[in-house]
Amino acid sequence: MTTTAQNRAERTATAVPLHRPISTALHKRPRVRLGALLALPLTWLVGLYIFSLALLLITAFWLVDPFTSLVRPGFTLDNFALLFSNPAYISTSLRTLGIALAVTALSAAFAIPLGIFMAKIASPWMRAVLAVAITLPLWAGYLVKIVAMRITFTEEGFFNTVAGAFGLSGPGFGIPTVIITLTYLWFPYMALPVYTAIRQIPVNLFDASADLGASGWTTIRTVVMPLLTPALIAGSVFTFSLSLGDYLAARFVGGANSQMIGSIIASNINLNPPVAAAFSVVPIAFVVIYLLVTRRTGALERM
Amino acid sequence: MLRLGRSSKIVLGVIVGIVLVFMYVPLALVVLNAFNSSRIASFPVTEFSLRWWEVAAVSEPIRAAVLNSVIVGLGATVIALILGTLSAFALSRFRFYGKQTVNLLIVLPIALPGVVTGVAFSNTFNSILEPAGIQIGYFGMIVAHATFCIVMVFNNVFARLRRMNPNLQEASMDLGAGIGQTFRLVTFPQFRTAFAAGGLLAFALSFDEVVVTIFTAPPGVDTLPLWILNTMARPNEGNLVNVVATVLILLSLIPVYISQRLSRAEEDE
Repeated sequence: MTTTAQNRAERTATAVPLHRPISTALHKRPRVRLGALLALPLTWLVGLYIFSLALLLITAFWLVDPFTSLVRPGFTLDNFALLFSNPAYISTSLRTLGIALAVTALSAAFAIPLGIFMAKIASPWMRAVLAVAITLPLWAGYLVKIVAMRITFTEEGFFNTVAGAFGLSGPGFGIPTVIITLTYLWFPYMALPVYTAIRQIPVNLFDASADLGASGWTTIRTVVMPLLTPALIAGSVFTFSLSLGDYLAARFVGGANSQMIGSIIASNINLNPPVAAAFSVVPIAFVVIYLLVTRRTGALERM
Repeated sequence: MLRLGRSSKIVLGVIVGIVLVFMYVPLALVVLNAFNSSRIASFPVTEFSLRWWEVAAVSEPIRAAVLNSVIVGLGATVIALILGTLSAFALSRFRFYGKQTVNLLIVLPIALPGVVTGVAFSNTFNSILEPAGIQIGYFGMIVAHATFCIVMVFNNVFARLRRMNPNLQEASMDLGAGIGQTFRLVTFPQFRTAFAAGGLLAFALSFDEVVVTIFTAPPGVDTLPLWILNTMARPNEGNLVNVVATVLILLSLIPVYISQRLSRAEEDE
């Protein structure tokens, strides 16, 4: 009896080699394991990315030699002062902010009815088709969509031809077309969370609301809308910050006088890096403020 | 039930119709104009031909641009897979001070506008590396792309690791497998679909990226989006751009198909 047990113990011992020094050492020291996991990612993100961002921020305080037009290290607040003193820069910042807010509002205005229709009216089959239909364009390239909007709204393009038949003409290239194009680009980011949120509302709530005599529209206004707030905020973080940083839409469908913040950064980076650097702080500030405001509502944690 | 009258339903239906038209008509116009024989896009198309397809098929710049995009995309994806998976393990398996900050660090490159990321990298390349005699050149693009691709891998792998049962790993180690063997035989098979999905998203993101690329591409090197951008600025080749865009629209169905397959594979597991 004892010998069998001993034999078994010996056999197990030989089958399981216990000398794995590295594995054992790592297993005993979770801190070392954590350090080993984080070493590479943190070196990359801090050493390359944060370092570059910090350097950019420092460059914003540097000067450009007026004679050689070379960047010279130093300390000046002139570049930041320019943001608030140059009227063209102020109007560009405000225009960009307005465009980003308009895109967000427009996306929400279409995402809500779309979500209600998909979740509550469409048959299961149609719902599946629509879900694929809103996701698919996410994969079509960014520039492909800008090309598409360009040929839709160009002088002799689709929109003017179709609208012309009714005696109308399209918006042409300008700020309205920039707003439409950015909405076209980022709409799915709003539509998907809104649709998911409507689907997640318990069916009981709709029944209760109807039993209490509310009409469909009253239910939407008083039951659905308040429950949608977190999804709308989550979607708006995408539509707002993506629109805020964009400048290629303005370049290709904006016509004259539709510069955005990104346009100024891009056009200054070679001529006057310190001004471009100072201007980079503007979209960062807008995005951070927006995130802080939305965080206060607690919507992001609930997503 | 949501009680809506017939007319309300019709109004909602019409809005959905408008959204679909708005989403798909412009893409259809791109495809239509790829077969337009004139130089610039127009509506209605008066004469159809394969003229621009023939030009695109033999275009050396397009071929070079596709090759560049694939190389940069693959390079960035490999780096993002390694860094994203490592950080996903760290953040899903450990509690530590500064965890939120690490999470923010991973998301930051995609949360900040591309122009800021691009300008920051190009500033570092030009004002630190170049004076130091380091010509980062082509690799600069890969570094920049990898940085904003990490989050794609991280999100996918992290979500999966959180749902995985850590006891399986413990069991494997108790049975005598080392860390490497456990990873290979027990852990990796459990998150490989998330790993693949993350890699796919990272590649798609890199392949499509324009703004960061504008600032980090070395002179004379075009990725496919850069080629489109430069050709868009030349008005005479409008429909050549539409040919490339049509191919890209068709290619975009591949990741959709793969991601469907991956999520189905996930359900089977």
